[in-house]
Amino acid sequence: MHEFSIAESILEAVRKELASHPGARPTRVGLRIGELAAVDVDSLGFCFESVVQGTEWEGLQLDAQVCPQRRICNGCGKEFAVVEYNASCPMCACGNTTLSSGDELDFDYLEVETGGTPAIEVKGAE
Amino acid sequence: MERLPLKSKVLSENQIVAESLRERFRSHGVLCLNLISGPGSGKTTLLERTLASFDPATRVCVLTGDIQTDNDARRLAQYGFPVQQITTGGTCHLDARMIERHLAAWDLDGIDLLFIENVGNLVCPSSYDLGEASKIVLLSVTEGDDKPLKYPSIFFKSDLFILTKIDLLPYVPFNAEVVEANARLVHPGIEIVRTSATAEGGLDAWLAWMKQRMAQARQDALVPLQLS
Repeated sequence: MHEFSIAESILEAVRKELASHPGARPTRVGLRIGELAAVDVDSLGFCFESVVQGTEWEGLQLDAQVCPQRRICNGCGKEFAVVEYNASCPMCACGNTTLSSGDELDFDYLEVETGGTPAIEVKGAE
Repeated sequence: MERLPLKSKVLSENQIVAESLRERFRSHGVLCLNLISGPGSGKTTLLERTLASFDPATRVCVLTGDIQTDNDARRLAQYGFPVQQITTGGTCHLDARMIERHLAAWDLDGIDLLFIENVGNLVCPSSYDLGEASKIVLLSVTEGDDKPLKYPSIFFKSDLFILTKIDLLPYVPFNAEVVEANARLVHPGIEIVRTSATAEGGLDAWLAWMKQRMAQARQDALVPLQLS
């Protein structure tokens, strides 16, 4: 259950990002999670909900895109999707292959609402 | 509505600390090995037998992680080498900051080998880089020979797979060839050793692997860091 720690890291990163976008209200944070990242997406969603609860960003949505494992064959140079964790090349049966995607735990985007929010009026009233 | 692209890693804070630890280990010639398995696979026993095999002048230290108790640190301290317990108080994995904090008590110049015994868990520790040279996954023959397929992440991220308790093979429905084939399916380049902590010479393959890696770490320390 390290999803709770990860949820806290996400919120921390959102907080940092928003520091350079004053007045922006975050609505959705996009992630790319590889199937080898050892992260349960449902559990992460649940943990994230609890982490934002009671904060100013309650209701902030998580959008996790699961990235399947892909590898590049060092024999024939072709990229292939890994089926059932079989890392050998389906074209030439070569076992010498390198991961090209599937272990990421990366941010993708932060969706924010800007303009017309009270935050901007407050700024103007300074 | 506006979409701001974010290009960082979710665990980038951990990654920054881990990279700084890795460079400290490299420049001091410390081989750091991160041992990961489910509870009861034999991490502590393997470490006990390993420490017992060392000459007392060996410069080895152990950080051992558990959710509660300092039982493992007490078991490991009997062999006369420095040991610290990291009690996570509920957290299911060690992170790089915990390692950094506990290392403050030790002078890296006086260490050649650092074992990190992670919290018993086959899932979560695989997400956290601790600055180690290698992650090592342990699995015992009393578990199941399909475990590499059920927990692919840790087998994918480990350089070495230690199959433990092989003295029990005659008594359990476990096929060592199948588990090794499954591990290689997930990670074709993974190295594999079979061990028994009770049989004479049961750790020889593991000790040979480790000594070879220690020699490599000493070599690497002589090379100045290439700044790109």
